[in-house]
Amino acid sequence: MKNKIAVVGGRDSVMLFNAAGLEVRYASDGKAVEKAIHALARAGYPVIYITEEAAEKAPEAIKMYDREVFPAIIPVPGGNQPKGLGLRNIKKNVEKAVGADILFGEGREQA
Amino acid sequence: MAMRVNPTRMELTRLKRRLKTAVRGHKLLKDKRDEMIRQFIIYIKRNHQLRMEVEDELMRALARFARAKAYMGAQKALGELFCPSRAASFEIGKRNVMSVDVPVIKHTGADDKIELPYGFAHTSGELDASVMEVVRLLPLMAELAQVEKSCNLLANEIEKTRRRVNALEYVMIPETEDAIKYITMKLEENDRASLVRLMKAKEMLMEA
Repeated sequence: MKNKIAVVGGRDSVMLFNAAGLEVRYASDGKAVEKAIHALARAGYPVIYITEEAAEKAPEAIKMYDREVFPAIIPVPGGNQPKGLGLRNIKKNVEKAVGADILFGEGREQA
Repeated sequence: MAMRVNPTRMELTRLKRRLKTAVRGHKLLKDKRDEMIRQFIIYIKRNHQLRMEVEDELMRALARFARAKAYMGAQKALGELFCPSRAASFEIGKRNVMSVDVPVIKHTGADDKIELPYGFAHTSGELDASVMEVVRLLPLMAELAQVEKSCNLLANEIEKTRRRVNALEYVMIPETEDAIKYITMKLEENDRASLVRLMKAKEMLMEA
C-alpha cells in the first residue's frame, strides 16, 4: 500500500493539488476518468480525490470500489460552485443506515 | 404453515435447538445493529462538518487560483505549479469498528514549512495564497477521506445486519415456532389416538 494520495479531475482544478504534493491525473471525459480510477486503484493508492465534475462522468467505476476499504474515492469540488455531490452521498448513507434522513432533514428544505 | 416437517420427537428436539440459536443470534445481531448505528451517527456528524469545512476552504483556494490565472494568464499559472517542490506524505492503516474494517488516514507531512515550487518574481500573490491554503487543508482532507469512507462501509454493514435481524425476527423465528407447535400438537393427538385405541381394545377383551 502506498502512502500517497491521488487526485483525478480536469487540468485546471487539480493543478493546485499537484503543487501541494499530491499525485494528479488529468481526465476530462468519462472514459479517461474511468481509466484513471482503475489504474490508480490497481497501483494501490489508498485515497483518490476526484472532482465532482469527473465523478459525475464515471459513477460505475466509483461504485465498483464502494465495498472495498481501499481505495477511498472522495469527491471534492473542482469548479466554481460545489455541486453538492459529497453532501448527497452523506445523505444517502444516512438513509441507508438509519432508514430515514434524520440528521439533515432541515438542510434539504433549504436546498 | 410454511415449513413442512415430520411430526417426530427427533425433529422436535432439532427445531427447539434451532429456535434457541435463532433467538440468541437475533438478540446479538440486534445489539450489534444498535451499536453500529450509534457509532455511525457519531461518524456521520463529523463527516458532515468536515465536508462543509473542506468544501468551503477549497472553494476559496480555487477562487484565489482563478484570480491568479486572470492576473498571470492561465498557461503560465498552470506551468508554475507543474513541478511540486514537496511531497505530501500520509500514514495509512486499518481499524476495526464493530467488525467492520475502516481505513485510518493521517497526514504526516510537516505543514509549518511550506515551500512554493516557483520564484516570486513573475507570479501573483494570489497563487501563493491558494497553494498554501490547499497545503494547510491536507490534514482535514485526509480526515475527511477517512471519515467518509468509514461512514460508507458502516452504512453498508448496517444495512446487511438489519436485513439479517429482520429475517430472523419476522421469518425464521415465527416459522420455527409454528413448526414446533404443529409437532407438539400432532404428537399429542397421536398420544390420544393410541390411548383411545388401547381403551377400546381393552373393552373388547373384557367383553370377550
